[in-house]
Amino acid sequence: MGVISRGFSGRRSAADVKLPPGHYLTTDFPVLSAGPTPHVSLDRWEFVIDDGANVLRRWDWKSFRDLPTETFTVDIHCVTRWSKLGTSWEGVSLDTMLADVKTDASHAMVPSYGDYTTNLPLNDLRNKQAWIAFRFDNKDLAPEHGGPARLLVPHLYLWKSAKWVRGITLMHQDKPGFWESLGYHIYGDPWREQRYSGDE
Amino acid sequence: MWRVGTVVALHDETATARTITLEVSDWPGHVAGQHVDVRLTASDGYSAVRSYSIASAPNAEKRVELTVERLPNGEVSPYLTQEVAIGDPLEMRGPIGGWFVWRAQQTEPIQLVAGGSGIVPLMAMIRSRALAGSTAPFRLLYSVREPQAVFYREELQALSDQDHSLGLTYAYTRVAPKDWPRPAGRIDAALIANIAWPSKIVPTCYVCGPTSFVENASRLLTASGNDPEKIRTERFGPTGERQ
Amino acid sequence: MNSNIDDYLDGNAAAGELSNIFAMDVTAAEGQCAHCGVIKRFAEAHVYMQGPGLVARCSVCQHALLRFVSARQRVFLDLRGLTCLILDRSQLVESGR
Repeated sequence: MGVISRGFSGRRSAADVKLPPGHYLTTDFPVLSAGPTPHVSLDRWEFVIDDGANVLRRWDWKSFRDLPTETFTVDIHCVTRWSKLGTSWEGVSLDTMLADVKTDASHAMVPSYGDYTTNLPLNDLRNKQAWIAFRFDNKDLAPEHGGPARLLVPHLYLWKSAKWVRGITLMHQDKPGFWESLGYHIYGDPWREQRYSGDE
Repeated sequence: MWRVGTVVALHDETATARTITLEVSDWPGHVAGQHVDVRLTASDGYSAVRSYSIASAPNAEKRVELTVERLPNGEVSPYLTQEVAIGDPLEMRGPIGGWFVWRAQQTEPIQLVAGGSGIVPLMAMIRSRALAGSTAPFRLLYSVREPQAVFYREELQALSDQDHSLGLTYAYTRVAPKDWPRPAGRIDAALIANIAWPSKIVPTCYVCGPTSFVENASRLLTASGNDPEKIRTERFGPTGERQ
Repeated sequence: MNSNIDDYLDGNAAAGELSNIFAMDVTAAEGQCAHCGVIKRFAEAHVYMQGPGLVARCSVCQHALLRFVSARQRVFLDLRGLTCLILDRSQLVESGR
Protein backbone atom coordinates (compact mmCIF):
# COMPACT_ATOMS: atom_id res chain seq x y z
CA MET A 1 0.00 0.00 0.00
CA GLY A 2 1.23 3.49 -0.78
CA VAL A 3 2.19 6.28 1.56
CA ILE A 4 -1.05 7.48 3.16
CA SER A 5 -1.94 10.98 2.04
CA ARG A 6 -3.11 12.90 5.10
CA GLY A 7 -6.66 14.14 4.67
CA PHE A 8 -7.29 12.46 1.30
CA SER A 9 -10.41 10.39 1.05
CA GLY A 10 -11.21 10.18 -2.66
CA ARG A 11 -14.83 10.39 -3.66
CA ARG A 12 -17.17 9.41 -0.87
CA SER A 13 -20.88 8.59 -0.75
CA ALA A 14 -23.70 9.07 1.71
CA ALA A 15 -23.71 6.11 4.08
CA ASP A 16 -27.44 5.45 3.78
CA VAL A 17 -27.40 4.63 0.06
CA LYS A 18 -26.89 0.98 -0.89
CA LEU A 19 -24.27 0.65 -3.57
CA PRO A 20 -22.27 -2.27 -4.95
CA PRO A 21 -19.02 -3.00 -3.08
CA GLY A 22 -16.39 -0.30 -3.63
CA HIS A 23 -18.68 2.19 -5.36
CA TYR A 24 -19.40 5.88 -4.93
CA LEU A 25 -22.43 7.85 -6.04
CA THR A 26 -22.11 10.28 -8.91
CA THR A 27 -24.58 12.92 -9.96
CA ASP A 28 -22.99 13.62 -13.31
CA PHE A 29 -22.70 11.07 -16.12
CA PRO A 30 -19.04 10.30 -16.84
CA VAL A 31 -18.17 9.58 -20.45
CA LEU A 32 -15.78 6.66 -20.72
CA SER A 33 -14.66 5.36 -24.04
CA ALA A 34 -12.30 2.87 -25.62
CA GLY A 35 -12.17 4.79 -28.85
CA PRO A 36 -13.56 7.60 -30.98
CA THR A 37 -17.31 8.21 -31.00
CA PRO A 38 -18.75 6.58 -34.11
CA HIS A 39 -21.09 8.81 -36.06
CA VAL A 40 -23.79 6.71 -37.63
CA SER A 41 -26.44 8.45 -39.66
CA LEU A 42 -29.95 7.21 -39.04
CA ASP A 43 -30.43 6.36 -42.68
CA ARG A 44 -27.52 3.92 -42.47
CA TRP A 45 -28.22 2.57 -38.96
CA GLU A 46 -29.35 -1.02 -38.61
CA PHE A 47 -29.68 -3.61 -35.88
CA VAL A 48 -29.03 -7.20 -36.96
CA ILE A 49 -29.60 -10.41 -35.00
CA ASP A 50 -27.60 -13.25 -36.52
CA ASP A 51 -26.26 -16.62 -35.48
CA GLY A 52 -22.84 -16.15 -36.99
CA ALA A 53 -23.93 -17.61 -40.32
CA ASN A 54 -27.42 -16.32 -41.06
CA VAL A 55 -29.26 -13.09 -40.45
CA LEU A 56 -32.29 -13.87 -38.33
CA ARG A 57 -33.79 -10.41 -37.89
CA ARG A 58 -32.89 -6.95 -39.16
CA TRP A 59 -34.30 -3.50 -38.42
CA ASP A 60 -33.47 -0.16 -39.93
CA TRP A 61 -34.06 2.97 -37.82
CA LYS A 62 -37.64 3.40 -38.99
CA SER A 63 -38.72 -0.19 -38.36
CA PHE A 64 -36.85 -0.17 -35.05
CA ARG A 65 -38.72 2.95 -33.95
CA ASP A 66 -42.00 1.35 -34.94
CA LEU A 67 -41.50 -1.26 -32.22
CA PRO A 68 -43.29 -0.78 -28.89
CA THR A 69 -41.13 1.09 -26.40
CA GLU A 70 -40.93 1.37 -22.65
CA THR A 71 -39.79 4.10 -20.32
CA PHE A 72 -37.93 2.83 -17.31
CA THR A 73 -35.78 4.03 -14.46
CA VAL A 74 -32.76 2.04 -13.35
CA ASP A 75 -29.50 2.30 -11.41
CA ILE A 76 -26.28 1.89 -13.37
CA HIS A 77 -22.88 0.77 -12.09
CA CYS A 78 -19.58 1.25 -13.87
CA VAL A 79 -16.57 -0.94 -13.14
CA THR A 80 -14.55 2.24 -12.61
CA ARG A 81 -16.49 2.50 -9.32
CA TRP A 82 -19.16 5.07 -10.00
CA SER A 83 -22.87 4.39 -9.63
CA LYS A 84 -25.64 6.59 -10.90
CA LEU A 85 -29.05 5.98 -9.40
CA GLY A 86 -32.47 6.61 -10.82
CA THR A 87 -31.49 7.09 -14.46
CA SER A 88 -34.45 7.33 -16.81
CA TRP A 89 -34.50 5.93 -20.30
CA GLU A 90 -36.73 5.02 -23.17
CA GLY A 91 -36.01 1.93 -25.22
CA VAL A 92 -37.20 -1.30 -26.78
CA SER A 93 -37.10 -4.35 -24.54
CA LEU A 94 -34.88 -7.18 -25.75
CA ASP A 95 -37.87 -9.42 -25.03
CA THR A 96 -39.61 -7.61 -27.88
CA MET A 97 -36.62 -7.84 -30.20
CA LEU A 98 -36.05 -11.52 -29.48
CA ALA A 99 -39.75 -12.39 -29.56
CA ASP A 100 -39.76 -14.08 -32.97
CA VAL A 101 -36.24 -15.42 -32.78
CA LYS A 102 -36.17 -19.19 -32.42
CA THR A 103 -32.83 -20.26 -31.08
CA ASP A 104 -31.16 -22.67 -28.73
CA ALA A 105 -28.18 -20.39 -28.38
CA SER A 106 -26.95 -19.92 -24.83
CA HIS A 107 -24.92 -16.73 -25.23
CA ALA A 108 -24.72 -13.53 -27.20
CA MET A 109 -21.91 -11.35 -28.51
CA VAL A 110 -23.01 -7.75 -28.82
CA PRO A 111 -21.06 -5.64 -31.33
CA SER A 112 -20.98 -1.86 -31.54
CA TYR A 113 -20.25 0.44 -34.45
CA GLY A 114 -16.47 0.71 -34.14
CA ASP A 115 -14.54 -2.23 -32.74
CA TYR A 116 -16.20 -2.71 -29.36
CA THR A 117 -17.87 -5.98 -28.38
CA THR A 118 -19.20 -7.49 -25.18
CA ASN A 119 -20.60 -10.93 -24.39
CA LEU A 120 -23.27 -12.18 -22.01
CA PRO A 121 -25.63 -15.13 -21.45
CA LEU A 122 -28.75 -14.86 -23.62
CA ASN A 123 -30.90 -15.27 -20.51
CA ASP A 124 -29.47 -12.01 -19.15
CA LEU A 125 -30.93 -10.23 -22.18
CA ARG A 126 -34.38 -11.69 -21.55
CA ASN A 127 -37.04 -11.30 -18.86
CA LYS A 128 -37.19 -7.52 -18.60
CA GLN A 129 -33.47 -7.24 -17.90
CA ALA A 130 -32.28 -5.47 -21.05
CA TRP A 131 -33.24 -2.78 -23.57
CA ILE A 132 -31.99 -1.11 -26.70
CA ALA A 133 -32.21 2.44 -25.35
CA PHE A 134 -32.41 5.54 -27.54
CA ARG A 135 -33.53 8.24 -25.11
CA PHE A 136 -31.96 9.26 -21.81
CA ASP A 137 -33.37 11.79 -19.39
CA ASN A 138 -36.14 12.76 -21.82
CA LYS A 139 -33.74 13.64 -24.64
CA ASP A 140 -32.40 11.70 -27.61
CA LEU A 141 -29.39 9.69 -26.47
CA ALA A 142 -26.29 11.79 -27.10
CA PRO A 143 -23.49 10.28 -29.20
CA GLU A 144 -20.98 10.41 -26.34
CA HIS A 145 -23.36 8.24 -24.26
CA GLY A 146 -23.94 5.73 -27.04
CA GLY A 147 -26.47 7.42 -29.31
CA PRO A 148 -28.33 6.79 -31.53
CA ALA A 149 -28.91 3.58 -29.53
CA ARG A 150 -27.13 1.53 -26.91
CA LEU A 151 -27.71 -1.71 -25.10
CA LEU A 152 -28.68 -1.28 -21.46
CA VAL A 153 -28.29 -4.21 -19.06
CA PRO A 154 -28.37 -2.53 -15.63
CA HIS A 155 -27.91 -5.64 -13.51
CA LEU A 156 -24.36 -6.06 -14.86
CA TYR A 157 -21.42 -3.65 -14.90
CA LEU A 158 -21.96 -0.89 -17.43
CA TRP A 159 -19.26 -2.14 -19.81
CA LYS A 160 -21.81 -4.81 -20.78
CA SER A 161 -24.22 -2.06 -21.90
CA ALA A 162 -22.59 -1.63 -25.29
CA LYS A 163 -22.77 1.90 -26.67
CA TRP A 164 -23.51 2.41 -30.39
CA VAL A 165 -24.95 -1.08 -30.49
CA ARG A 166 -25.49 -2.60 -33.93
CA GLY A 167 -26.78 -6.09 -33.25
CA ILE A 168 -26.50 -9.43 -31.50
CA THR A 169 -24.64 -12.52 -32.61
CA LEU A 170 -26.10 -15.63 -31.01
CA MET A 171 -23.58 -18.20 -29.82
CA HIS A 172 -23.70 -21.74 -28.48
CA GLN A 173 -20.79 -21.12 -26.17
CA ASP A 174 -19.47 -18.10 -24.38
CA LYS A 175 -16.68 -16.07 -25.98
CA PRO A 176 -15.02 -13.03 -24.43
CA GLY A 177 -15.57 -9.58 -25.89
CA PHE A 178 -13.35 -6.48 -25.90
CA TRP A 179 -12.72 -6.14 -22.16
CA GLU A 180 -13.47 -9.73 -21.21
CA SER A 181 -10.55 -10.86 -23.36
CA LEU A 182 -8.22 -8.49 -21.53
CA GLY A 183 -8.70 -9.41 -17.86
CA TYR A 184 -12.26 -8.38 -17.12
CA HIS A 185 -14.79 -10.83 -15.74
CA ILE A 186 -16.73 -12.88 -18.26
CA TYR A 187 -20.06 -12.15 -16.48
CA GLY A 188 -19.63 -8.96 -14.41
CA ASP A 189 -22.14 -8.87 -11.53
CA PRO A 190 -21.45 -5.66 -9.59
CA TRP A 191 -23.12 -7.00 -6.44
CA ARG A 192 -20.67 -9.90 -6.28
CA GLU A 193 -17.89 -7.50 -7.33
CA GLN A 194 -17.01 -9.58 -10.37
CA ARG A 195 -14.63 -7.05 -11.91
CA TYR A 196 -11.76 -9.17 -13.15
CA SER A 197 -11.42 -12.69 -14.49
CA GLY A 198 -10.78 -14.94 -11.54
CA ASP A 199 -13.05 -12.96 -9.19
CA GLU A 200 -15.64 -15.36 -7.70
CA MET B 1 9.24 2.55 -8.92
CA TRP B 2 7.38 4.93 -6.59
CA ARG B 3 9.47 7.58 -4.89
CA VAL B 4 8.45 9.71 -1.96
CA GLY B 5 9.04 13.46 -2.08
CA THR B 6 8.55 15.92 0.76
CA VAL B 7 6.72 19.17 0.20
CA VAL B 8 9.13 21.99 1.03
CA ALA B 9 7.39 24.99 -0.54
CA LEU B 10 4.02 26.08 -1.90
CA HIS B 11 3.39 29.05 -4.17
CA ASP B 12 0.11 30.18 -5.68
CA GLU B 13 0.47 30.97 -9.38
CA THR B 14 -3.15 32.06 -9.86
CA ALA B 15 -6.41 31.83 -7.92
CA THR B 16 -6.72 28.19 -8.97
CA ALA B 17 -3.16 26.99 -9.59
CA ARG B 18 -0.37 26.28 -7.21
CA THR B 19 3.27 25.27 -7.55
CA ILE B 20 4.41 22.55 -5.18
CA THR B 21 8.15 22.19 -4.56
CA LEU B 22 9.23 18.72 -3.52
CA GLU B 23 12.53 17.49 -2.19
CA VAL B 24 13.14 13.95 -3.48
CA SER B 25 16.24 12.44 -1.95
CA ASP B 26 16.57 9.66 -4.55
CA TRP B 27 15.67 11.81 -7.56
CA PRO B 28 17.65 10.54 -10.57
CA GLY B 29 17.44 13.84 -12.42
CA HIS B 30 15.11 14.72 -15.26
CA VAL B 31 14.93 16.38 -18.65
CA ALA B 32 12.73 19.40 -19.39
CA GLY B 33 9.35 18.27 -20.70
CA GLN B 34 9.07 15.12 -18.60
CA HIS B 35 6.26 14.50 -16.15
CA VAL B 36 5.56 12.51 -13.02
CA ASP B 37 2.58 10.44 -11.93
CA VAL B 38 1.43 11.47 -8.44
CA ARG B 39 -0.40 8.91 -6.30
CA LEU B 40 -2.65 9.75 -3.36
CA THR B 41 -3.74 6.98 -1.02
CA ALA B 42 -6.64 7.15 1.43
CA SER B 43 -6.44 5.37 4.78
CA ASP B 44 -8.60 2.51 3.47
CA GLY B 45 -6.14 1.83 0.68
CA TYR B 46 -8.07 3.50 -2.14
CA SER B 47 -5.67 5.33 -4.40
CA ALA B 48 -5.85 7.79 -7.28
CA VAL B 49 -3.07 8.56 -9.77
CA ARG B 50 -2.70 11.69 -11.94
CA SER B 51 0.06 12.95 -14.20
CA TYR B 52 1.67 16.39 -13.75
CA SER B 53 4.40 17.97 -15.81
CA ILE B 54 7.59 18.98 -14.05
CA ALA B 55 7.82 22.78 -14.08
CA SER B 56 11.41 23.09 -12.88
CA ALA B 57 14.60 22.84 -14.90
CA PRO B 58 16.97 19.97 -14.27
CA ASN B 59 19.10 21.03 -11.31
CA ALA B 60 21.56 19.58 -8.83
CA GLU B 61 19.37 20.07 -5.76
CA LYS B 62 17.05 17.03 -5.96
CA ARG B 63 14.12 19.44 -6.07
CA VAL B 64 11.16 19.05 -8.35
CA GLU B 65 8.42 21.63 -8.92
CA LEU B 66 4.94 20.76 -10.09
CA THR B 67 2.35 23.37 -11.05
CA VAL B 68 -1.16 22.01 -10.51
CA GLU B 69 -4.39 23.58 -11.73
CA ARG B 70 -7.45 22.91 -9.62
CA LEU B 71 -10.28 21.32 -11.63
CA PRO B 72 -13.85 22.00 -10.46
CA ASN B 73 -14.76 18.30 -10.31
CA GLY B 74 -11.28 16.97 -9.78
CA GLU B 75 -10.49 14.21 -7.35
CA VAL B 76 -6.78 14.90 -6.93
CA SER B 77 -6.22 18.53 -7.94
CA PRO B 78 -8.38 20.05 -5.18
CA TYR B 79 -6.33 18.08 -2.65
CA LEU B 80 -3.00 19.16 -4.14
CA THR B 81 -3.96 22.81 -4.45
CA GLN B 82 -5.75 23.21 -1.13
CA GLU B 83 -4.94 20.42 1.35
CA VAL B 84 -1.28 19.61 0.89
CA ALA B 85 0.96 21.26 3.48
CA ILE B 86 4.68 21.80 3.90
CA GLY B 87 6.22 18.66 5.31
CA ASP B 88 3.68 16.27 3.72
CA PRO B 89 4.99 13.28 1.78
CA LEU B 90 3.85 12.81 -1.82
CA GLU B 91 4.33 9.63 -3.81
CA MET B 92 5.44 9.95 -7.39
CA ARG B 93 6.56 7.79 -10.28
CA GLY B 94 9.00 9.08 -12.83
CA PRO B 95 10.39 11.08 -14.47
CA ILE B 96 8.41 9.88 -17.45
CA GLY B 97 8.76 10.62 -21.14
CA GLY B 98 11.57 10.63 -23.68
CA TRP B 99 9.97 12.29 -26.70
CA PHE B 100 8.36 15.50 -25.50
CA VAL B 101 11.67 16.74 -24.08
CA TRP B 102 14.16 19.51 -24.81
CA ARG B 103 17.81 19.07 -24.03
CA ALA B 104 20.36 21.88 -23.80
CA GLN B 105 22.43 20.17 -26.50
CA GLN B 106 19.71 21.12 -29.01
CA THR B 107 20.74 24.25 -30.88
CA GLU B 108 18.00 24.53 -33.52
CA PRO B 109 15.23 27.17 -33.28
CA ILE B 110 12.42 26.12 -30.98
CA GLN B 111 8.75 27.08 -31.31
CA LEU B 112 6.77 26.53 -28.10
CA VAL B 113 2.95 26.67 -28.19
CA ALA B 114 1.13 26.48 -24.86
CA GLY B 115 -2.61 26.22 -24.24
CA GLY B 116 -3.57 27.00 -20.66
CA SER B 117 -1.77 24.75 -18.21
CA GLY B 118 0.15 23.34 -21.18
CA ILE B 119 2.67 26.07 -20.31
CA VAL B 120 4.08 23.93 -17.49
CA PRO B 121 6.42 21.56 -19.39
CA LEU B 122 7.34 24.37 -21.80
CA MET B 123 8.34 26.53 -18.82
CA ALA B 124 10.65 23.72 -17.73
CA MET B 125 12.25 23.97 -21.18
CA ILE B 126 12.58 27.77 -20.92
CA ARG B 127 14.07 27.47 -17.43
CA SER B 128 16.38 24.69 -18.55
CA ARG B 129 17.62 26.86 -21.42
CA ALA B 130 18.29 29.79 -19.06
CA LEU B 131 20.13 27.64 -16.52
CA ALA B 132 22.29 26.07 -19.19
CA GLY B 133 23.13 29.45 -20.70
CA SER B 134 21.84 28.24 -24.06
CA THR B 135 21.34 30.74 -26.85
CA ALA B 136 19.08 28.48 -28.92
CA PRO B 137 16.44 30.78 -30.43
CA PHE B 138 13.16 30.21 -28.58
CA ARG B 139 9.72 31.61 -29.31
CA LEU B 140 6.75 31.01 -27.03
CA LEU B 141 3.13 31.46 -28.04
CA TYR B 142 1.12 31.25 -24.80
CA SER B 143 -2.61 30.96 -25.35
CA VAL B 144 -4.71 31.49 -22.25
CA ARG B 145 -8.32 32.38 -21.41
CA GLU B 146 -7.69 35.68 -19.68
CA PRO B 147 -4.83 37.63 -18.08
CA GLN B 148 -5.51 36.30 -14.55
CA ALA B 149 -4.95 32.75 -15.79
CA VAL B 150 -1.32 33.31 -16.81
CA PHE B 151 1.32 31.31 -14.93
CA TYR B 152 4.86 32.63 -14.35
CA ARG B 153 4.12 36.08 -15.79
CA GLU B 154 6.87 38.01 -14.00
CA GLU B 155 9.48 35.37 -14.66
CA LEU B 156 8.59 35.15 -18.36
CA GLN B 157 8.72 38.92 -18.61
CA ALA B 158 12.12 39.09 -16.92
CA LEU B 159 13.55 36.33 -19.10
CA SER B 160 12.30 37.83 -22.34
CA ASP B 161 13.42 41.33 -21.31
CA GLN B 162 16.99 40.25 -20.62
CA ASP B 163 17.31 37.76 -23.46
CA HIS B 164 16.37 38.83 -26.94
CA SER B 165 16.59 35.32 -28.27
CA LEU B 166 13.49 34.39 -26.19
CA GLY B 167 10.38 35.72 -27.96
CA LEU B 168 7.13 35.88 -26.01
CA THR B 169 3.59 36.32 -27.36
CA TYR B 170 0.37 36.03 -25.39
CA ALA B 171 -2.92 35.13 -27.06
CA TYR B 172 -6.07 35.62 -24.98
CA THR B 173 -9.02 33.50 -25.98
CA ARG B 174 -11.92 34.81 -23.86
CA VAL B 175 -10.97 38.13 -22.27
CA ALA B 176 -8.13 40.27 -23.56
CA PRO B 177 -6.61 43.16 -21.58
CA LYS B 178 -7.90 46.65 -22.36
CA ASP B 179 -6.22 48.06 -25.49
CA TRP B 180 -4.79 44.66 -26.44
CA PRO B 181 -3.97 44.78 -30.18
CA ARG B 182 -5.55 41.43 -30.89
CA PRO B 183 -9.22 40.79 -29.95
CA ALA B 184 -9.90 37.75 -27.75
CA GLY B 185 -10.12 34.54 -29.74
CA ARG B 186 -8.51 31.21 -30.52
CA ILE B 187 -5.10 31.14 -32.14
CA ASP B 188 -5.37 31.16 -35.93
CA ALA B 189 -3.32 31.09 -39.11
CA ALA B 190 -2.80 34.87 -39.11
CA LEU B 191 -1.30 34.81 -35.63
CA ILE B 192 1.01 31.92 -36.49
CA ALA B 193 2.12 33.73 -39.64
CA ASN B 194 2.88 36.87 -37.63
CA ILE B 195 4.71 35.56 -34.61
CA ALA B 196 5.85 31.96 -35.03
CA TRP B 197 9.22 30.97 -36.47
CA PRO B 198 8.90 30.73 -40.25
CA SER B 199 8.73 27.07 -41.20
CA LYS B 200 11.63 27.47 -43.62
CA ILE B 201 14.08 27.75 -40.73
CA VAL B 202 12.90 24.28 -39.68
CA PRO B 203 12.16 24.83 -36.00
CA THR B 204 11.37 21.97 -33.66
CA CYS B 205 7.88 22.71 -32.31
CA TYR B 206 6.47 21.68 -28.95
CA VAL B 207 2.71 22.00 -28.48
CA CYS B 208 1.05 21.31 -25.13
CA GLY B 209 -2.43 21.82 -23.72
CA PRO B 210 -5.94 20.38 -23.89
CA THR B 211 -6.48 17.89 -26.72
CA SER B 212 -8.61 20.24 -28.84
CA PHE B 213 -6.01 23.02 -28.48
CA VAL B 214 -3.20 20.69 -29.50
CA GLU B 215 -5.08 19.42 -32.55
CA ASN B 216 -5.85 22.98 -33.68
CA ALA B 217 -2.33 24.29 -33.06
CA SER B 218 -0.67 21.31 -34.77
CA ARG B 219 -2.92 21.72 -37.77
CA LEU B 220 -1.97 25.41 -38.00
CA LEU B 221 1.75 24.65 -37.72
CA THR B 222 1.53 21.98 -40.41
CA ALA B 223 -0.52 24.25 -42.66
CA SER B 224 2.16 26.93 -42.38
CA GLY B 225 4.75 24.50 -43.73
CA ASN B 226 6.20 22.66 -40.74
CA ASP B 227 6.86 18.97 -41.24
CA PRO B 228 4.66 16.93 -38.85
CA GLU B 229 7.84 15.10 -37.79
CA LYS B 230 9.11 18.40 -36.36
CA ILE B 231 6.01 18.95 -34.23
CA ARG B 232 6.00 17.25 -30.83
CA THR B 233 2.78 17.24 -28.88
CA GLU B 234 1.51 16.54 -25.40
CA ARG B 235 -2.22 16.42 -24.73
CA PHE B 236 -3.84 17.14 -21.42
CA GLY B 237 -7.48 16.31 -20.62
CA PRO B 238 -10.11 18.57 -22.17
CA THR B 239 -10.09 20.82 -19.14
CA GLY B 240 -6.33 20.98 -19.05
CA GLU B 241 -5.35 18.27 -16.59
CA ARG B 242 -3.93 14.96 -17.68
CA GLN B 243 -6.58 12.59 -16.29
CA MET C 1 -15.44 24.35 -27.69
CA ASN C 2 -15.50 21.64 -30.31
CA SER C 3 -17.87 18.99 -29.02
CA ASN C 4 -16.76 16.64 -31.76
CA ILE C 5 -13.32 16.25 -30.25
CA ASP C 6 -13.15 12.92 -28.51
CA ASP C 7 -11.69 12.67 -25.05
CA TYR C 8 -8.32 11.16 -25.90
CA LEU C 9 -4.82 11.89 -24.70
CA ASP C 10 -1.63 10.62 -26.27
CA GLY C 11 1.21 8.19 -25.74
CA ASN C 12 2.83 10.50 -23.18
CA ALA C 13 -0.10 9.92 -20.82
CA ALA C 14 0.22 6.14 -21.13
CA ALA C 15 3.94 6.04 -20.44
CA GLY C 16 3.68 5.91 -16.64
CA GLU C 17 1.39 2.87 -16.65
CA LEU C 18 3.45 1.18 -19.33
CA SER C 19 6.68 1.81 -17.43
CA ASN C 20 5.58 -1.15 -15.29
CA ILE C 21 6.25 -3.34 -18.32
CA PHE C 22 8.70 -1.59 -20.61
CA ALA C 23 12.20 -1.01 -19.31
CA MET C 24 12.81 1.54 -22.04
CA ASP C 25 10.90 4.74 -22.70
CA VAL C 26 7.85 4.01 -24.82
CA THR C 27 6.98 7.57 -25.85
CA ALA C 28 9.96 7.96 -28.17
CA ALA C 29 9.51 4.42 -29.51
CA GLU C 30 8.45 4.07 -33.11
CA GLY C 31 5.53 1.78 -33.71
CA GLN C 32 4.10 0.35 -36.89
CA CYS C 33 0.33 0.04 -37.08
CA ALA C 34 -0.61 -3.51 -38.02
CA HIS C 35 -3.71 -2.28 -39.83
CA CYS C 36 -2.58 0.62 -42.02
CA GLY C 37 1.20 0.17 -41.88
CA VAL C 38 2.03 3.73 -40.88
CA ILE C 39 5.06 4.16 -38.61
CA LYS C 40 4.77 6.86 -35.96
CA ARG C 41 6.13 7.79 -32.55
CA PHE C 42 4.13 6.16 -29.79
CA ALA C 43 3.86 9.63 -28.18
CA GLU C 44 1.55 10.61 -31.05
CA ALA C 45 -0.86 7.69 -30.58
CA HIS C 46 -4.36 8.60 -29.44
CA VAL C 47 -4.80 7.14 -25.97
CA TYR C 48 -8.16 6.45 -24.35
CA MET C 49 -7.54 5.73 -20.69
CA GLN C 50 -10.46 6.89 -18.59
CA GLY C 51 -12.41 3.66 -18.91
CA PRO C 52 -11.82 0.10 -17.72
CA GLY C 53 -8.45 -0.04 -19.46
CA LEU C 54 -6.05 1.81 -21.71
CA VAL C 55 -6.38 1.72 -25.49
CA ALA C 56 -3.76 3.35 -27.69
CA ARG C 57 -5.00 3.92 -31.25
CA CYS C 58 -3.28 4.75 -34.51
CA SER C 59 -3.81 8.48 -35.11
CA VAL C 60 -4.28 7.78 -38.81
CA CYS C 61 -6.67 4.81 -39.02
CA GLN C 62 -7.95 4.64 -35.38
CA HIS C 63 -7.29 0.90 -35.04
CA ALA C 64 -6.14 -0.23 -31.60
CA LEU C 65 -2.34 -0.48 -31.48
CA LEU C 66 -2.12 -1.65 -27.90
CA ARG C 67 -4.58 -2.42 -25.11
CA PHE C 68 -3.69 -2.61 -21.42
CA VAL C 69 -5.56 -3.51 -18.25
CA SER C 70 -4.17 -3.37 -14.73
CA ALA C 71 -6.24 -5.90 -12.77
CA ARG C 72 -5.23 -6.33 -9.15
CA GLN C 73 -2.41 -8.91 -9.19
CA ARG C 74 -2.15 -9.18 -12.98
CA VAL C 75 -1.56 -6.91 -15.91
CA PHE C 76 -3.00 -7.72 -19.35
CA LEU C 77 -1.36 -6.46 -22.50
CA ASP C 78 -2.60 -6.92 -26.07
CA LEU C 79 -0.07 -5.88 -28.70
CA ARG C 80 -1.78 -7.37 -31.77
CA GLY C 81 -2.32 -3.91 -33.27
CA LEU C 82 1.42 -3.26 -33.54
CA THR C 83 3.50 -5.01 -36.18
CA CYS C 84 6.51 -3.92 -34.21
CA LEU C 85 7.69 -1.44 -31.63
CA ILE C 86 11.23 -0.04 -31.80
CA LEU C 87 12.57 1.16 -28.45
CA ASP C 88 15.85 2.95 -27.82
CA ARG C 89 18.24 1.29 -25.39
CA SER C 90 19.76 4.63 -24.44
CA GLN C 91 16.34 5.64 -23.06
CA LEU C 92 16.13 3.44 -20.01
CA VAL C 93 13.14 4.33 -17.86
CA GLU C 94 14.01 6.32 -14.71
CA SER C 95 17.49 7.20 -15.89
CA GLY C 96 16.21 10.70 -16.55
CA ARG C 97 19.24 11.40 -18.67
